[in-house]
Order: sequence, then structure tokens, then C-alpha cells
Amino acid sequence: MFDSLSGRLERLGTSLRSRGRLSDADLEEALAEVRAALLEADVELSVVRAFLDAVRERVRGENVAQSLTPGQHVIKAVHDQLVEVLGGSALKVTYASKPPTVVLLAGLQGAGKTTTAAKLAQWFKQQGRQPYLVGTDLQRPAAVEQLRVLAAQIGVEVYSDTTDPVAVARAGVAEAQRLGRDVVIIDTAGRLAIDEALMAEVRSISAETSPHYTFLVIDAVTGQDAVHTARAFHDSLELTGIIVTKLDYDARGGAVLSARGVVGRPVVFASTGEKLADFDLFHPDRMASRILGMGDIMSLIEQAERTMDPEAMAESAQKMMSGAFTLDDFMAQLNQIRKMGSLGGLMRLMPGMTKDMRDAAKNVDDGELNKIEAIIRSMTPRERRDPRVIDGSRRSRIAKGSGSSVAAVNQLLKQFEMMRKTMKQMAGGAMPQLPGGMGKMAQMAARGAAARGQAMPAGFEALASGMQSATPAKAPGGGAKGKKKKGGRVTPPKQR
Amino acid sequence: MIVLWIVLALVVVVALALAVRSRRRPRVVVAPEREAMPDVLVTQVAPRPEIDDSPGLDRRLASSRSIFDRVRSITSAGSLSQEQLDVVEEVLLRSDVGVATTSALLEELRTNGAPEGVAQAIRTALLNSLSGDRSVRTSADEGRVPVWLFVGVNGVGKTTTIGKLAWHETQAGRSVVLAAGDTFRAAASDQLQLWADRTGADIVRADEGADPGSVIHDALGRARARNADLVLADTAGRRANNTNLLDELAKIRRVADREPGQVVETFMVLDATTGQNALSQAQEFLAAADVTGIVLTKLDGTARGGIVVAIERELGIPVKFVGVGERAKDLLAFEPVAFVDSLLSA
Repeated sequence: MFDSLSGRLERLGTSLRSRGRLSDADLEEALAEVRAALLEADVELSVVRAFLDAVRERVRGENVAQSLTPGQHVIKAVHDQLVEVLGGSALKVTYASKPPTVVLLAGLQGAGKTTTAAKLAQWFKQQGRQPYLVGTDLQRPAAVEQLRVLAAQIGVEVYSDTTDPVAVARAGVAEAQRLGRDVVIIDTAGRLAIDEALMAEVRSISAETSPHYTFLVIDAVTGQDAVHTARAFHDSLELTGIIVTKLDYDARGGAVLSARGVVGRPVVFASTGEKLADFDLFHPDRMASRILGMGDIMSLIEQAERTMDPEAMAESAQKMMSGAFTLDDFMAQLNQIRKMGSLGGLMRLMPGMTKDMRDAAKNVDDGELNKIEAIIRSMTPRERRDPRVIDGSRRSRIAKGSGSSVAAVNQLLKQFEMMRKTMKQMAGGAMPQLPGGMGKMAQMAARGAAARGQAMPAGFEALASGMQSATPAKAPGGGAKGKKKKGGRVTPPKQR
Repeated sequence: MIVLWIVLALVVVVALALAVRSRRRPRVVVAPEREAMPDVLVTQVAPRPEIDDSPGLDRRLASSRSIFDRVRSITSAGSLSQEQLDVVEEVLLRSDVGVATTSALLEELRTNGAPEGVAQAIRTALLNSLSGDRSVRTSADEGRVPVWLFVGVNGVGKTTTIGKLAWHETQAGRSVVLAAGDTFRAAASDQLQLWADRTGADIVRADEGADPGSVIHDALGRARARNADLVLADTAGRRANNTNLLDELAKIRRVADREPGQVVETFMVLDATTGQNALSQAQEFLAAADVTGIVLTKLDGTARGGIVVAIERELGIPVKFVGVGERAKDLLAFEPVAFVDSLLSA
């Protein structure tokens, strides 16, 4: 998301970098670029205006730090202002002293409330809570059924009956209390903000259940209308916060800025994919970094912490550094990664990715991972430990066994070997002095964390360049032709 | 095979970060308890409160037109002042027409001038942008079953649109078979089933996770056997930037277009609240499924849906239906004049 905005700001940065001092004309030119970028990102016009005014103030008001070029100065002002508009800091979710904590979700049709309700329930579960879902969407055919199916996947109970939404909400909260559940999430029907009757209905649901949190669920691809929706729901319901969904769409997500700008309540959660795991707290500062193309390593790590086995990960990292990395290890990691969510979504969070790499990752999907897994699973344990033994006949056996082609097997082996070499380089060359290559990278990662993902982990350039050289191999005809091969011969001379 | 690198990069970063942090923070482990769900299935839909003053397109037209009035009020025939252009720009941007299309329209205004006033000039320019063919094909070649295929991202109202169209078509005396091709979203088939019950249309459905192509194939068989007039095929909502899902869609379309079926219309359903992302959605779906028309839904809200102007100008995909409410009869044929007037009102 925000690809265009970050792209523009990057270009802006380069064009201004060469100039000495920032004149008023330069500033206006830069701001015109920012304006167009924000509008293209669907930020609402009045929010854009307020934003630009604020940036102008900042740039004029602040003393230019000696170390900053004028271009960097503008970018910094835009960044700081983004952080401010997006919320300054994340809202901390606290729990009612007298449970259950009641959470009410509201929004337009199709914003993703029902899916969000289930994701939120899972999030609360991960926090060690016992959530309970109440489905009051009796309007949309089978909405409650959808909630039940999703809830069954995460092992949470659902309350609903066919009386009327207000009664269902009331009874649902009472039932949660009886069962001793400490968080109740009320899913409501989608409604238009101008639909008086339905707004009155959600108001009475709110009055009956006195929710501790009232969240507006808003679609990240929403256009200029985001402000109307947000304002109308806020006027009616006194929102505590906003949940943004579908942030994984290629949208630039300006709706986040618009809604935030109009309502003045923080964006609390963000949903970034169809999988139930693609959901997390929204971090304004990280989002601002992401907008400016700095990646978001903190979100990545937190997602990993929730889903992965840290010891296994650390162990395989150790193996990589020492060069004893096998296809078995690789597959174990592949499976760990898959638990984290969609690859494309994860890639967006990685710092230091070029646009090409992100584009490539966008298209990577479970299907492709399945193919890789099939190939590796078709190898014998010995082959997996030492791919060098794989000769022509083994190759065709593997290809047959995995339902792929010899070329695909070759490509996998070649890539794997390149990868292993890069790893060794990183462990050895890029970071010479540390034990096992771990220490410094760990420091870097920690520093990266401190700098909110702005620092790029060491050795990343090596990795990135490896990736770039890996890309052409995707082209039909396998672009390995012009590349000089050096070092360990992986591919036996005869392949076919 | 760039996947390898991606995975590797992820592994490295994550592993190291975890190594650093695992010492500090114990992980919360919650054992998933799987209990039997209470088996209350909601099949009965609560009656929706009738809203007399449903704020549809017409009503909105009759109501305030402040910005349109502003544009009209500054009409000075002939030349265009910067101030006038600014007002026009604001109106267009606020209705989600988009930066590029807005600039292009303003450029047209500048070159053509505004002999009849700015408001009329921008109205004309917009109407010129919406001059595509909006006819809807309901018949296929001899011996084939006509299929309407519905595609779009998640949550735009595909299933509801199909339900509404099923109502219209059955009202018109045609026999309709619904193909519940959304086998991904939980309970999507149930939702369509309820529409089938309401409208008396036939429905072919399968379990969740089934191959959507096979559902559509079966629906074609059913339609052929029962001599039905039209098949309305639902598909799962999908991101427009995911190649695999778009490939799947292309495959679905091929299945639907194979004997005895013939895809005569492929509708991309678009939520009127969508902003600039709609353009890339249209691009991707056009490439993957050969979209022939757009159904613009949720136009009864405050959103203007101006992005369809950009879509029709740049990609030549016309809007054919608009959704202006939740009742079946709230799906209307698209009328450019009413739409443009609504766009310019505010």
C-alpha cells in the first residue's frame, strides 16, 4: 500500500536533494507533489488541505537541522505530520474491571465486519482472554452462519437468535456473563450512515450493551466518502477507534488518514489479508514509516512471535550462518513462514525491498510454495541433506514424483545453492567479527527495532542483490545463460 | 523461484529478531479449545424495516445541490477563471473521479471553453466520457445457455447483486439458474440459497472449498437439462493483485464459456465507496476475465462513485447497473444523465 505515495516522496527527495536551500517556490512545488500523491491515495480533500498546511507550518517553523538537506527536511516534516495525523501512539486495549469487556463493531456493508469480528476474537484469545461472539446481523442472508463458521475455526462460541438485533445483543452479553467470558464482540449488520432507521437500531444496541469499545470497521480502498461515513458513525456512536480492513489490497489506504483526520480517534487494528492470522494492532508510527517506504520490521517480528517457534527459528538461523543449511531445514522454515500469513503481505513489511521485489512477491502464493514443497518432498533424505548427489536420473525422478519438470527442479537446486552461498557470505564477509554471525545481526535487528524499522539489517544488501539476480531466472528460458559460474559446481554437466 | 529468496530473507530477519527478543518476552500460548458449536442455524431472515424515504438517486438529485449551484452560479460564458476551474476540480475530486481524469477533464474545459456556462460544460464533458454501449446481452448463440459471470473484490455486493438480478429476470418471466461459485467465503452459498428461495430461481451449490469451476459446470448442465434461459454465476471475492486468484478466475470463465454455456456478460461489481483502487481492480479483472460491464453498488449512500468515469474513459468498460438500496427492486439500469447530475450535486 501507499506505493505511489512513497514513490512520489522518494522522487521528491531526489529532486530536492541537489539543491542548497529550500525556497518558498521549492516548498510549494514539493507540496503540490505531496498533494497529488495524497489525493491519488484517496485522502479526502479537506484532510489533504489541513495536512499540507500543517506540513508547511512545520517546514517554516522548524530550524533546519544542519545535517538535513532541504529535501530531507520536507520528507521529515511529511513523516512527522503523518505520524501525528495517524494517531501519535497506539491505543492500549485495557479490560473492564467488571467483565465482560464489550466491543461493538459497526460499519458499512461489505467493510469486513464479520471477518473482523472473528479475527478480533482470535486476537483476544492470543492475549489470553476468553472471547465470545454475538452475531446481530440478521439482515444479510447467512451472515450469522458465516460468523459461526469462522468462529468454529478459532474455537470461539457464537450467540445469536432470530428475534431482533437489539434483543440478540442484550441476550448475548448476558449469556457471556453467565458463561464467564471476559470479552464480548458484537458484530452488527452493515448499514449506511444516512439510513436513519438502522442508525437508530445500532444506537439502541449500543445503549443496551454500553460497549467499552466501539469500533468503526472501514475498508482501506474507500475513497473520498470515508470522511462522511466516519463522521456520521462517530456522531451516532461515539467511536473509540477505527479498524481498517483490506490493507493488503493494492490500495494506498488514504481512507485511514481521512477517517483518522475527521474523527480524531485512533486506528486501533488493521487487517491485512483473508487469513484469520492477517490481523494486528495498528501502529501509526510504523504506518508512517511504511508510507515513506521504510518497511515495517516490527510488525513482521511480532507476527512471527505469535505464530512461530522461536527456538526452531534461532536454530535454523544458526545453521544458515554456519553453512550447514539443508533442504530439510529450508522446508521446516517454509512451513513456519506459511503459518505467519500470506507471503505478499509479509514482504510488504520487509525493509529494503525494491518495488520490483515487492511486485514479484505480490504474485507469490500458496500454489507456488506448494510446488516447491512437492519438489523437496520428492527427494530422498540423503538428497535433501546433500543436493550435490542429485544427478540427471535423480532429477527426472524428482520431477516425476513432484509432478513438475526437470527445469523446475534444476531451478530450485540452483537457487538453493545460490542462497546457501549468500548466507555464507553474510555470515563471513558481511559481518566478519562475530561468533557465528549472529551477534551483529542481532544488534542490527535490535537497532532496527529501536529505529522503528528504519535501519536495514546488515547483510541485507547482499540478500537483496541475490534476490535481484534471482529474478531474471523467472523469465522463460531460464536466464542463467550469461551468468558466469564460479565456485562449487552444483549442476552436473548433463541434464537431459 | 524468487520465492526462495523471499522465504530466506524472511527467515533471516525473523530468526535474528526472535533470537534477540525471545529472552525478553515470554510468549503467550493459548491452547485452542475446540468445543462443539451450539447448533442454531439462522435460516430465517428478519424482516427489514421499510424505509419510506429511502435516499435513492432521484431523491438525492432533488435535494441539495450546493456545489453544483456554486459551479452554475459562477457561469460567465466564454472564458474560464482559475477560480471556476478550482471549484470544478474540487467537485470532481470529491466525487472520486481521480486526479488524472480530473486534470484531463479540466484540460478539455480549457480548450473547449464554456459557452453555455461552466456547469453545463463540465456536464457535457462528463456525459461524453460516459458514452459507451450499455446494452445487456441476454441471449446466446443457438443451442447455448447464456451465462452472466460476476467478479469483483471482497465485500462489494456480488452475491446480493446476483440475488437482485435473479429477481428481475424471474419477474421478467425468464427461468434462472444460480451457480454458487463462491466456495471460499463462509456461508456464501447459504446467502445465495436464500435469494434462490425468495425468487424461485434454481440453484446449484457445493460444499465450502469445492472447485468453483465444477459448480458452474454443474449449473450449466442443470440449465441445459431444464431448458433455463439464463445462468447467473457467482465467484469468490478476490484481491485484484493476486495472480493465482486471477488465474483461477480466468479458468472459471473458460469453464463457463464452454459448451453448453456461453458467457454473454461478465460484470465487475464495484462498491461506490471505492476510491482510486477501483481503476486497478478494473484493469486486472478486465485482463483476467474480459469484463463487459460494471455494476455500481451502494450508490444510495453518500458516496458518488465518480471513479467509474475514469474507468470508462481509460478502459472503456461501461456501467450497466446501479444498486441504490437493499431491496431487490433497488437495482436499476445505469443512466448517465442522472448519474452525472448526482455527481455534480453535493
